[in-house]
Amino acid sequence: MSDAQFIEISPADFFYRNRDIAGFTNPVRSTYMAVRELVENSLDSAEEVGILPDIYVRMRVVRHENEKEIIELSVSDNGRGIPADMIPNAFGQILFGSKYVLKQSRGTFGLGGKMAYLYGQITTNEPLKVVAGDGARGSEFRLMIDISENKPKVFSHKDFKLKRKWRGVNVSFSFEGNYVRAAPKIVDYFSQTAMVAPYANLTFVDPNGQLYRFARSTSRMPKPPKITRPHPHGLDVEMLSRMIAASRRRDLALFLSGEFERVGRKTAKKFMKTFSISNAKLKDLTHKDIVMIVRSLVSYREFLPPDPSSLSPLGEELFKEGIEKELSPEFASVETRKPSAYSGHPFIVEVAIAYGGGIAGGAGVSLYRFANRIPLLYDESADVSWKVVHEEMNWRRYGVSPGTDPVSVLVHICSTKIPYKTVGKEYIADRPEIEREILNGMRNVARDLYLYLSKRRRIGIQKKRVNMFEKYLPIIVEYAAKAANTKDVPDFRVLLRKAKRGLAEEEARVA
Amino acid sequence: MPKKRKNPQRQPKRASKQVVLSSIKQEAKGVLDEVEKREFPRVVMPSRTTDNIVYDDKVGHYVLGGRKVVRSAGNIRHLKPLSQMVWGLSVARDLLDTEKTTTLRDVYYMAEGAEGLSFEDQSESDRIITDIESVLSCSREDFNVYPEERSAIFGDVLAEYTVKGYEGKRINLTMHPDGVMVGPALATAEFIETSADKVIAIEKGAMFSRFVEDQAWKRFHAVLIHTAGQAPRSTRKLIRRLNTELGLPVYMFADADPWGLHICQVIISGSANAAHISNLVTPKAKWAGVYATDITKYDLPSTKLTEMDLRRLKEIKRDVRYQRGRWKQEIDYFFKIGKKAEQEAFSKYGLSFIVDKYLKKRLDELGA
Repeated sequence: MSDAQFIEISPADFFYRNRDIAGFTNPVRSTYMAVRELVENSLDSAEEVGILPDIYVRMRVVRHENEKEIIELSVSDNGRGIPADMIPNAFGQILFGSKYVLKQSRGTFGLGGKMAYLYGQITTNEPLKVVAGDGARGSEFRLMIDISENKPKVFSHKDFKLKRKWRGVNVSFSFEGNYVRAAPKIVDYFSQTAMVAPYANLTFVDPNGQLYRFARSTSRMPKPPKITRPHPHGLDVEMLSRMIAASRRRDLALFLSGEFERVGRKTAKKFMKTFSISNAKLKDLTHKDIVMIVRSLVSYREFLPPDPSSLSPLGEELFKEGIEKELSPEFASVETRKPSAYSGHPFIVEVAIAYGGGIAGGAGVSLYRFANRIPLLYDESADVSWKVVHEEMNWRRYGVSPGTDPVSVLVHICSTKIPYKTVGKEYIADRPEIEREILNGMRNVARDLYLYLSKRRRIGIQKKRVNMFEKYLPIIVEYAAKAANTKDVPDFRVLLRKAKRGLAEEEARVA
Repeated sequence: MPKKRKNPQRQPKRASKQVVLSSIKQEAKGVLDEVEKREFPRVVMPSRTTDNIVYDDKVGHYVLGGRKVVRSAGNIRHLKPLSQMVWGLSVARDLLDTEKTTTLRDVYYMAEGAEGLSFEDQSESDRIITDIESVLSCSREDFNVYPEERSAIFGDVLAEYTVKGYEGKRINLTMHPDGVMVGPALATAEFIETSADKVIAIEKGAMFSRFVEDQAWKRFHAVLIHTAGQAPRSTRKLIRRLNTELGLPVYMFADADPWGLHICQVIISGSANAAHISNLVTPKAKWAGVYATDITKYDLPSTKLTEMDLRRLKEIKRDVRYQRGRWKQEIDYFFKIGKKAEQEAFSKYGLSFIVDKYLKKRLDELGA
């Protein structure tokens, strides 16, 4: 026997020990992650209450400790704010949050932001400062997380009257980072976020005082997602056990028809009859029963697919708006696919293609990935979209040379549960259902591009035609006059106009 | 010495120049008129693609069929060639107006110098010259574009130059023992009179010299012509004129191989390349040797027909013009013996054998 000691650790302790799984692996990556997590919280908080987000991010290098660079990050938003009495727990306790319901939101652990604070705390041992306003009054807290107890430790707290009407939250804290090396990803992050949130004002002041501003170009926001119940196909034993424990329903039939998506009384009865499950009281269900019920629920084919109203795709117009704002392409096409589902989780794929124009870099097909309106910047080649773009699409068929043409492909997946391959949430697994949707969508937008390119080619030919006329008609007339030995040279401009008319018609057809 | 005969067909050269000039003007005027009428100008000419080149049995040479091609400024692909063609017309006019002659190579350099016409290589400018021949239905010599390669003529013919600076000057074509070069001046000269009663065209320079030295021209009353291989078009035209204007029958000697055969055939019936020009052929000219059968008959030194010779031989065997009489017979004989011989092979029997024995016999056979 070993003398292994079994100790219970708090969630905060657990995440402290395993912070790398949330992406806080090194100062560079952590700098990027901290910005990302805070900006996403702010965007969510404004969108939830239907406010056009105004987010201000400032970063300063406060000091150098030996080789280390200590950065102070401050993020302000105009979101729904947070009541003063909730602040300590919301910021100082892990796994406390408002995101444990089924709808599409940017984070899903409720620990994204807190992971950043925790990381800051352990690298600088300095408290976090939170200021929240509700329009009239404001509160300021300085606090830390008690890691072993998973409890907030408040250093100071003051309430005050706001001079300026402001609702929202401002968070600032310090951490060990490396801005110079993280900078390209951070800037990419902002510009790609602006692509999928064209209704937001994003302002970023970097440690060098450089201002990046991504201005709002529309006041339209996507329809907010509705909260839904779980779909039976998405269940597992742990989840069902918890739901049973929390439920006050009398028996299994009432529980099934009351707590699940797409299960009414008739469906519940039919399901129970199919699997010969008797209607027991919830508290009488054994673990064995629960395992059996989960298996049956997951395998039952009669449930309608999950309700996509819990999803909030950007929509074709808004996505296009964002693409045009940030990439200013010559041509763009967007397709929002019909809702679909994998394993009981609804999802919607949006695929866009942008060609030429102001796209930086330019040569070859580049891919931008988004999940629940978050840009994914790491591990591109492991992502399902990469597979579709670089392995499954036959670009030549769409008139695109994948190595040289200035094409950008954008894939946005929204789901109540994005099938990330890792906790780091940077790349998406190749679920066949999702892969198929991406491929079909991409084929459609690529076809649009193909049509555009062939029209453009036709115009190009017309233009060349007009150039040829401009070049040769004068020559023909000049030498014909010489050969005919006459000074009487006819006016050929009418013919030039005739040739140009053909071009105008062609251009009108494309427009 | 036989009596001199006057050329009954002397015609002023001016006339032909005027004809060409007026067709140039007509074409150019047509282009300008269409522009005036707000139409895209076009030029129509007979098509020279192989499917429109047919061998006309009645006239005994290649002619163009009825298909026409249109070069229209309304067609983007025609703009450049049409411009080049109109430029070519202005060049032709210029050459005629200034009475200067030039060559295809020279035309290419002129083309290079012409702004905006972007000629890629000489074959492009050569093609334009051929286009103009088609449009004007005349040969390029008619607008003073002459071949680079020169052949020679020797014989008792009195000719009168028409070229600038030499108008009215006369020359007897026996004046120079190497023969007189067939250049633009001679090609445009008029034949005044001759004592000859036949023309003998010879492929090889050495044989031509031998014929001059041995006074074959005198003995046979012949005008000798050195074709220098495949006869240039101006030389073919000269042969035709000797035949039609002075009424001299034409006999041709070339090597006993498929290439020699074809040198003779082209003088008789023309080449597919020049199917658009009709005044180059001499249908009544006769092939006088060297025949394949002569190799056996005279036991001539010979070599084996090469791979390439055989391929060519097969090609011409399929040609309609070789399908009968002497041609067919000799081609079959070539295949039979698989050998070829050069004209010089007769030197085996001494330097004069070919003139004294062979030629005499052959001309007798052909009824000369």
